[in-house]
Amino acid sequence: MKLSTLAAAGLAVLTSWAQAAERRPWSEIEIRARGQTVYWNAWGGDDRNNAYIAWVGSEVRKRFGVTVQHVKLTDTAEAVTRVLSERSAGRSEGGTVDLIWINGANLASMKAQGLLYGPFTEALPNFKRVDTSGKPSTVMDVTQPVQGMASPWLMAQIVYVYDGARTKPSDLPRSIPAMLDWAKRNPGRLTHPTVSNFLGVTFLKQALYELAPDPAVLQREATDAAFAAATAPLWSWYDALRPTLWRGGRDYPESGPAMRQLLADGEINLMISFNPAEAVLGSSSGLLPDTARTMSLDKGSIGNTSFVAIPFNAAHKEGAMVVANFLLEPEAQSRAQDPTVIGLLTVLDTARLPAADKALFETPLPPGMPRAEELGQPLLEPHPSWTARLTAEWQRRTLR
Amino acid sequence: MLRHAPALTLAVFLVPLGAGLVGTLLPSFGILPALGRSEFSLEPWRTLLATPGLATSLALTLRVGFTATALALVLACGFCALAAHVAFARRMERALAPLLATPHVAVAAGFAFLIAPSGWIVRLVSPELTGWDRPPTLTTVRDPAGLSLVAGLVLKEMPYLVLMMLAASGQTAARPMLAAARAMGYAPATAWAKVVLPQIYRQIRLPLYAVLAYSLSTVEVALILGPGNPPPLSVLAVRWYQAPDLALTFPAAAASVLQLLLVAAGIGIWHGGERIFQALGRRWIAAGARRGPAASVLTGAGGLAVTAGAVGYAALAGLVVWSLTAEWRYPDALPGRWSFAPWERLSGLAPALVNTLVIGIVAALIAGALALACLENEARSGRRPGAQALWLLYLPLLVPQTAFLFGTQAAFVHLGLDATRLAVVWAHLLLVLPYVFLSLADPYRALDPRYARIAAGLGSTPARAFWRVKLPILLRPVLVALAVGFAVSVDQYLPTLFAGAGRIATLTTEAVTLSSGADRRVVAVTVALQTALPLLAFAAAIALPRLLHRNRALLR
Amino acid sequence: MSASLELRRVSIALRGARLVSSLSCTVALGEVVAVMAPSGSGKSTLLAYIGGFLDPVFTAEGEVVIGTQTITGLAPERRRVGILFQDDLLFPHLSVGDNLAFGLPGGSGRAERRRRVEEALASADLAGFAARDPATLSGGQRARVALLRTLMAEPRALLLDEPFGKLDRALRGEIRAFVFSHARERALPTLLVTHDDEDAAAAGGAVVRL
Repeated sequence: MKLSTLAAAGLAVLTSWAQAAERRPWSEIEIRARGQTVYWNAWGGDDRNNAYIAWVGSEVRKRFGVTVQHVKLTDTAEAVTRVLSERSAGRSEGGTVDLIWINGANLASMKAQGLLYGPFTEALPNFKRVDTSGKPSTVMDVTQPVQGMASPWLMAQIVYVYDGARTKPSDLPRSIPAMLDWAKRNPGRLTHPTVSNFLGVTFLKQALYELAPDPAVLQREATDAAFAAATAPLWSWYDALRPTLWRGGRDYPESGPAMRQLLADGEINLMISFNPAEAVLGSSSGLLPDTARTMSLDKGSIGNTSFVAIPFNAAHKEGAMVVANFLLEPEAQSRAQDPTVIGLLTVLDTARLPAADKALFETPLPPGMPRAEELGQPLLEPHPSWTARLTAEWQRRTLR
Repeated sequence: MLRHAPALTLAVFLVPLGAGLVGTLLPSFGILPALGRSEFSLEPWRTLLATPGLATSLALTLRVGFTATALALVLACGFCALAAHVAFARRMERALAPLLATPHVAVAAGFAFLIAPSGWIVRLVSPELTGWDRPPTLTTVRDPAGLSLVAGLVLKEMPYLVLMMLAASGQTAARPMLAAARAMGYAPATAWAKVVLPQIYRQIRLPLYAVLAYSLSTVEVALILGPGNPPPLSVLAVRWYQAPDLALTFPAAAASVLQLLLVAAGIGIWHGGERIFQALGRRWIAAGARRGPAASVLTGAGGLAVTAGAVGYAALAGLVVWSLTAEWRYPDALPGRWSFAPWERLSGLAPALVNTLVIGIVAALIAGALALACLENEARSGRRPGAQALWLLYLPLLVPQTAFLFGTQAAFVHLGLDATRLAVVWAHLLLVLPYVFLSLADPYRALDPRYARIAAGLGSTPARAFWRVKLPILLRPVLVALAVGFAVSVDQYLPTLFAGAGRIATLTTEAVTLSSGADRRVVAVTVALQTALPLLAFAAAIALPRLLHRNRALLR
Repeated sequence: MSASLELRRVSIALRGARLVSSLSCTVALGEVVAVMAPSGSGKSTLLAYIGGFLDPVFTAEGEVVIGTQTITGLAPERRRVGILFQDDLLFPHLSVGDNLAFGLPGGSGRAERRRRVEEALASADLAGFAARDPATLSGGQRARVALLRTLMAEPRALLLDEPFGKLDRALRGEIRAFVFSHARERALPTLLVTHDDEDAAAAGGAVVRL
């Protein structure tokens, strides 16, 4: 699956633009949506997510007469495969999937193969509240323009987690170069997951963003020359950093959770995470001390967005759009940022919201949970080719 | 029907083993029709050889395999020498048995927490004795040299070898011979090494090769205690097999074949070493020294073995404590807050628990039935299989699992059995059968054949004699053999992973997955449960005959 | 129902070495014939051949006949030849009563079987022993139970494989008398192998030396 989706993403030509844009007035869509049952295919592996989806379902039923049926997936690719097989079977309407929680390779693949309905986001009244310029990942997913084929929902962004009882916030490094000095002062107290792990390579990507002479090249497919030029400062930084890492950089935790255990045991002082709620969730479940807090970098960090998309043959497109629009309601967005609910960040531009809606985002959050605006500018994910090259080069340099 | 039992039994494990080896060998040369590749190619080998750090991986694998096996052997020898003349050590024999039943993963996970820089040992002495108010920046687990991996392997394999040696020396007149040697002035350990060891070594040779093969190719213990960067060869292969990129299957198959060659060469080298030691040993024995450095080494090893047993129990104890923990911060010696809450997570483990139980019980029952059928057939026909049959039986224990499981899985896919419990049971049988057979064979063959003759004289058919006389008398060894089979099944990681296509979770697969960093309390609960199951099985195997035969003095 | 036991030119060899060579003899009803030979000379092998459980490493020929029936080709359980060994070999998992009941032919009802077991026990001064664990019996008691069990199966002939070898002197005579009298009472042709002259003399029948 993975290979083919990546390949398809590479071929993301606009051949499938035959689909017509959604131009009906919103009032008509709302009327058509009433009474529809939306089959929302979403990863079902997290109780909090599932409860949130259930809450969305009860709200849209109350407000718009739309019923939500959560089809729990173990892998989003299952839904992609289902839509693909429906098209192969010639089923161009009345499909069984109405809405998919999607991003990354799956989104790129569905879009490239013309399996999505749209563009439809411009038709959603709430879409204009999305911070598309401050949070470019809401319209650009892993270097691919979304082009209105999927509606942004929530954001994740890189944070760094530390134990407030052991480390003073003022001592923390707020930039990648400062991280090297900090690590030298705290030898053995920093690490990252091994780079074959998603979070491990993310650690390098984040450093690359700040160190690359021209970060704009990261949005294009990497060439040998571009890679060499862009990563040269990264490797000199990393070569200096590595001896100061946990276990002298000779061993790395296998995964994010393994690294979290090291922070909990006090073996390390700082760890990277792609989940803004990491510190809060860790403390509440006892995996991290109650004093766990998050730190962000001054120049911002890589963020990515979760989208919802509608298959081209969805039976209940109007209902699906009503759900997508409701997900962008300030009420729904502010609720999702509560770490006891989901703990992801809003995609909205909260500064531009009317005062009453803005207040929703000012309710106190648990200590350790950052607000979207505290995390700095969310940076776009580099082109996938950079990830593969970073992994290979890191292995070449560290494995002897 | 009974006449075909040996053939059927061999087929049950040799067919998937053979199919598995072929199914791994072909992809290592680029042939895998399922992925549309049918042309011979050396590309997988080139990819493998170009892997960064491969040389380090290989050196690590060999170093760990040989060191762990040699250490386990020396410690086991030391223990047996000690047990031959020290009453305390003899009592320890019983204490080692539960460690034998404990899954590898459990011991490894517990040991990892024990010795980590932020582990229990450091917590017990810090900061008072060490001044470490933070965990020291030492590499004590997953060290690049593989020392913690070696230690973890020794903890599990030493008790196994001890048991094998004790069983073997039970068949010799060890006691009077030792007494005779000591009467001639030999120190106790020297006497053991010169009189008993040469007699029993032949019998423990195959188990020893199995230990060597396991140490050279373990995945689950290496995942927890071995270095990851680069890892031992077996872990490298499994990482590739599990990667979403299917093209990596080819270098993975090449790595598996290399692993097989490594184990074969390893056994060959060990065998060569045996000859040298044998020659040297003969001269040493003939020289007639009554005491000497060897005795001190053995006595030291015996002490170490006792320590290793204690460490094994401490490792398990640490896990039990974690399973009752709400919060346990470094450097507290014990949890700051205790709680039963981790055990409430049990409901989440229910599917894995059910799978573990069902697969373990079915595999043990099938293996028990086949082993009984073979042994009964042997008793009726009077034909004992030769030494080659024993080698065949040990084959699945000697061939590294990575070398055949991929091919076996492919065969299961062909049969439409992949990702079913049946496939997992079958894959487990490859390892369960040999152990069940080996543990049942001695007591079965030792049963006085005249019982069956008496029964025949009383008009019983062989079948009636089997069900009404032999089985009830052998109830305890039969149940113990079933418990052994169950314990072996519970212990299996890779066969479950491959035959279950990653979709059939058992406590062991859960424990390995979780031990890579998830909530340590949940790991502890999983592992505690995983340890409890085989121990309960053994307890039942001992208690049930006592209950059923409570009025029968000879069978309690 | 009884008939004589007859051996016709029985020979047994182990890898070419003759253990028994062309032995013929007839054991009449109620007669106890003693087969005498030193240890390790194949006495027990002869009984194994008659009983039908000779280890296949041996080669044997010759016929064993009870009355008019040649039993050599029959499965051991169909020969109806009772055997007693040096050890009593009472089944350790069964009570004394169940050991006896094991020998009883099937078909009769529970109460009937029980009655016959009680009766047999009483005849051997073991009344009330039915529920006992065989392991709690004395050596003499176990020897008697072992014989009773053999007789329960209503054998047509009795083979005794040094059954008194392990008993102490005082008990030996008593058990020997007990066994022989039961065998005679039922008119069983009995073959006793022993290396003890006293046993052979007490048997009172012909003595065959291998």
